[in-house]
Amino acid sequence: MSILGQAPSAMNITLNGNKTDFDNISTISELLENLDLAVDSVVVELNTKIIQPDSYGATQLGEGDGVEIIRFVGGG
Amino acid sequence: MLTIAGTEFSSRLFLGTGKFSSSAVMASAIEASGCQMVTVALRRVDLENPDDDIMSALGQREYTFLPNTSGARNADEAIRLAHLARAASGSSWLKLEVTPDPRTLLPDPVETLIATEKLVKEGFIVLPYMNADPILALKLQDAGAAAVMPLGSPIGTNQGVLTDFQVEIIIDQARVPVVVDAGIGAPSHAAYAMEMGADAVLVNTAISIAGDPVAMAAAFAKAVEAGRTAYIAGMGQRSKQASASSPESGKLSSDLGFLA
Repeated sequence: MSILGQAPSAMNITLNGNKTDFDNISTISELLENLDLAVDSVVVELNTKIIQPDSYGATQLGEGDGVEIIRFVGGG
Repeated sequence: MLTIAGTEFSSRLFLGTGKFSSSAVMASAIEASGCQMVTVALRRVDLENPDDDIMSALGQREYTFLPNTSGARNADEAIRLAHLARAASGSSWLKLEVTPDPRTLLPDPVETLIATEKLVKEGFIVLPYMNADPILALKLQDAGAAAVMPLGSPIGTNQGVLTDFQVEIIIDQARVPVVVDAGIGAPSHAAYAMEMGADAVLVNTAISIAGDPVAMAAAFAKAVEAGRTAYIAGMGQRSKQASASSPESGKLSSDLGFLA
């Protein structure tokens, strides 16, 4: 416990199938910003549930969460 | 005019967007084809290369986007992809594709029917990719499919319409549009499907891997148009017996006996 407040903590999430550590990330908005992804170019699933874009800022990420970030690609 | 789920299409050629050498070539080929419906797939964002965004390459053009569920191996996976597709596109159009065997990429009829039933109930406009099985086509139609998409031959094989006998039965029976999908490797294959009475064809590999994809897209557009026009015009019956094209009467048989 720090007298300066809660210390930044590393959080491990499974992002697109890979276990990844993030510092100072607590919401989906912050995750997308960290990854430099435009909100309107992707769809986000948190623990297999689709999150609506207007909820990205309010949706908290937690240790061990599974996040999928999906987009359209060329296909037949 | 082709109508699927209330949307009109003046072009009966649909294009897939996979395997193009660049987004610019893809966009030019789509434009040259005159098509109004394009398929797209859903994949995890490549976090190493996050700028590769197909939708920005396709711009704001007036295409109907038909997201597919490629990669799904069963109904549950297809339904999960359908939900993601709807969230990403904001529309309910869906090319339902359930292919459990990566070697053949042949569609699973049972899982495809189960997924069609569920997704139609959820309000999706479902166009199922299916084997060329006339009974299955009727079942998918009864389940509420907006069109049926029988394969000509397996995906990406360029083998043409090897299933023509069954595709003809499907066309004869269908109350919904029939889109011949997969395996169409040459403009002549597309024309053949259209001459049979297919409502549209979906082409990807034959165009995207062509030496000049833009020129090939234009060639396919002409072939689809020619095949459709021939179907409307009404083609003659096939026969094993020869039938002279020149008149039987008035032959100069006395002078030119060999003509008799």
